[in-house]
Amino acid sequence: MRKPVEQIEEATILFAGDSGDGSQTIGTQMTETTALIGNDVATLPDYPAEIRAPAGSIAGVSGFQLHFSSEQIHTPGDLCDVLVAMNPAALKVHLNKLKPNGILIVNTDNFARRNLRLAGYEEDPLEDDKLTKYQVFRVELTQLTRKALEATQLSVPEIDRCKNFFALGMILWLYNRPMEYTMKWIKAKFAKRPQYIESNILALRAGNTYCEATEQFAVSYDVKPADFEPGTYRNIEGNMATVLGLVAASYQSGLPLVYGSYPITPASDILHGLAQYRNFGVVTMQMEDEIAAVGVAIGAAFSGALGVTGSSGPGLALKAEAINLAMIAELPLVVCNIQRAGPSTGMPTKTEQSDLLQMFYGRNGESPLPIIAPSRPFDCFETVYEACRIAVKYRTPVIFLSDLYIAMGAEPWKIPQLSELPEIRPDFAGSADTRNGFEPYLRDPETLARPWAKPGTAGLEHRIGGLEKSDVTGHVSYDAENHQRMVEIRAEKVARIADALPPTEVFGAPEGDILLLGWGGTYGAIRTTAENCVADGLPIAHVHLRHLNPFPKDLGDILQRFKKILIPEQNSGQLLQLIRSTYLIDAIGFNKVQGQPFHVFELASKIDEILEEIGRA
Amino acid sequence: MRRKRSSRIPAGAPTLSKKDFESDQDVRWCPGCGDYSILAQTQRIMPELGIPKENIVFISGIGCSSRFPYYMNTYGFHTIHGRAPTIASGVKMANPDLSVWVITGDGDALSIGGNHFIHLMRRNFDVNVLLFNNRIYGLTKGQYSPTSEQGKQTKSTPLGSVDTPFNPISLALASGATFVARSLDRDPNHLRAIIKSAFEHKGTSFIEIYQNCNVFNDGAFFQYTEKDTKADNTVILEHNEPLVFGAERDKGIRLNGFQPEVVKTANGEYSTEDLIVHDQYAEDTTLANFLARMSDTLDLPDPIGIFRSIRHPCYEDLMTSQIRTAKERMGEGNLEALLNDGETWTVS
Repeated sequence: MRKPVEQIEEATILFAGDSGDGSQTIGTQMTETTALIGNDVATLPDYPAEIRAPAGSIAGVSGFQLHFSSEQIHTPGDLCDVLVAMNPAALKVHLNKLKPNGILIVNTDNFARRNLRLAGYEEDPLEDDKLTKYQVFRVELTQLTRKALEATQLSVPEIDRCKNFFALGMILWLYNRPMEYTMKWIKAKFAKRPQYIESNILALRAGNTYCEATEQFAVSYDVKPADFEPGTYRNIEGNMATVLGLVAASYQSGLPLVYGSYPITPASDILHGLAQYRNFGVVTMQMEDEIAAVGVAIGAAFSGALGVTGSSGPGLALKAEAINLAMIAELPLVVCNIQRAGPSTGMPTKTEQSDLLQMFYGRNGESPLPIIAPSRPFDCFETVYEACRIAVKYRTPVIFLSDLYIAMGAEPWKIPQLSELPEIRPDFAGSADTRNGFEPYLRDPETLARPWAKPGTAGLEHRIGGLEKSDVTGHVSYDAENHQRMVEIRAEKVARIADALPPTEVFGAPEGDILLLGWGGTYGAIRTTAENCVADGLPIAHVHLRHLNPFPKDLGDILQRFKKILIPEQNSGQLLQLIRSTYLIDAIGFNKVQGQPFHVFELASKIDEILEEIGRA
Repeated sequence: MRRKRSSRIPAGAPTLSKKDFESDQDVRWCPGCGDYSILAQTQRIMPELGIPKENIVFISGIGCSSRFPYYMNTYGFHTIHGRAPTIASGVKMANPDLSVWVITGDGDALSIGGNHFIHLMRRNFDVNVLLFNNRIYGLTKGQYSPTSEQGKQTKSTPLGSVDTPFNPISLALASGATFVARSLDRDPNHLRAIIKSAFEHKGTSFIEIYQNCNVFNDGAFFQYTEKDTKADNTVILEHNEPLVFGAERDKGIRLNGFQPEVVKTANGEYSTEDLIVHDQYAEDTTLANFLARMSDTLDLPDPIGIFRSIRHPCYEDLMTSQIRTAKERMGEGNLEALLNDGETWTVS
């Protein structure tokens, strides 16, 4: 007889184990299947910087959290309904994320004395009273996998590497998800090593059958598909969306893409992704260092290509001088900064938003640059496309300021129609522009952009460089008044970008008590909090800034309409400083610098605190 | 060496002269600087290269020599300290039809830009690098450079520098450079010939040019450039010729084990048969390395000319060919198909 199925609205699952246990793989597969059957889904991979820290150690724990729902969701979930702990270290690191009465699945085969010691447990935690508040499922996952695969020709270590699929098989059963998508993936992944196709599928099925057969699992759950706008969807990670956005900008503008980079977490996947698209004419250049990586992008831009470089904070520090060169040379350039926790090397695999002021001010001299930030994984596509459009239109470097949380997170994306993509027009200078001799700093009166003259065009031979330019002619100039004028023109050019921006979207109350003002990867937590407040009838709103420099022109008015401006950030208050100094308002910061995203409950309690202060509660 | 037809001046077009390559900017090097000669020889040789000036790009870093692009009536980019090779690589990659020239100095190329210099050499982009070596920092007013001799007394080393200098030719060879040469600011004919050979070489061409800084390091190379000392202190490298030198052409270089030494060919003890015969096309770098290290030994003459000139594939050609192959195999990229790639689902 089939076991009962319970309908639920949403669930959060956390897979955790050793770095080599394959938690990221099965987390990704669960995400794919969940997206394909129509749930909304958001993910949070959380893994160490070490490739394989000592097996069983706390340092080596790798986790993958996913949240799925029959409603629209914006975060990977605060606490989990299910924790799959492949070893004691995973249990120790992640148990505090499991909801009371949550499902804890442990691989008891890994709870030998040695593993307990590595995780720092004196006693076996499975014997501990503290676990009584959870539904604990003790599974001999290693032994069961070995038994299921005993007929294969594989060695024991090879068989043991399949146990993550046993665990996935269990979770697919628990949430009534089909195995077919995973099987299809396994077949493609191991096409060249067919012995692993059979073994992983056997393990997957075995885990599934195990749950069906064992009395331990009495109930399974079902989450109905979410309501999505009509359209074609795919699941996408932020970095992959960035890759597609860059390819799209190149394709739509007709400018060949040259991407210079040096491997760095969490930006390397952009390099890996773009390197696949040679058939789109994409050139990827893995250079000797961060400076060379931006150097080739600038050179390519000078030659008339779409020059792009990508890195994370430490790399941006190295690139600063070259970006400044592109700024004064007024060349189109897109600089992707996928932020991670700093300072210095910091915590390379943890998220943070602490490079905002570095991007604003981290260059010598007066060096204003447009800065735009995506808010969620799929938004990376549109935002980086926008970065390319601005760079080309205004002949300026543009900072695309993403962060690890959205770069590595995944969610369903409604694939855009090509006709929806804004036009990007290179408008190269032609020989007709040379009536008075070519003047490389003669500007478009509206945008203040200077001409982009490609080498190879007869009659436009000219010299540019990092020395101050004379207005119009572009000759080297030490003239006092010219310098001030050029500083002002460069600032004005960036400021005018705001002229063409659409009105700012205000979610929730048009005016009222609290405006939640955010940027970047905090979108999900802030929006979920705001939705809850709005549902409770509170006069609260949320504005999420894509354009950080220049700010939207209507932002000042919007800020005036709320008693309190609350700015949650994963830094010590960087947007806060900018808002305070720009608009002279007493905005409040809410800052979390832990390498981990905000939880909705943290924001909610901050809001309660403010409401109490202003006498609402 | 054959170049792409598209980058050549079409038949019947008016011929260019040196004047066509002079920009409208006043040249602002110190009077008597060796840079003037290098600029003049470059401007003189350009019309002979047979390419339209709009296809020529000069890229420099920072330093006295790096002002060079402002004086050439071509495309030019005066970039930042040490980074010219990276920007040149991007320019060449984005448009392989351009003739790209990097102008740099000993500090720019070997100190702050040392990393980019060696990587440019190994990638073998088809660009030409002119390193003006004056063994001093001029623009910052007289500190020692990475090619200054040990013990050099300068403003920053009043008691003498303690660094061992770089040998630029050895460094280029060690980095896999496919064209390595040395010339002199005070030998215009030789310099022009070498610049032309560098241009004709397909791949990264590196020329170290001994250049006199008459303000901060006057006479650093006079033993190699002045009439009375030149012949005895330099040996001109000619392919397939024995290494003979001296005012009377009565001295030569032979290999004694692993050590090059000077021998007299006049007294009958040695003949030209015993001397090293230069082979600039040798794939193996052993000979070129021997020749390069001669500059580090005071009693050996300094080799001038082409140390090495070999043909290896260029980065931009390999990349272009990857793109062509990918297009043939996968078809020209289709954005709509790309966005809809992988597992998708439709909501109606």
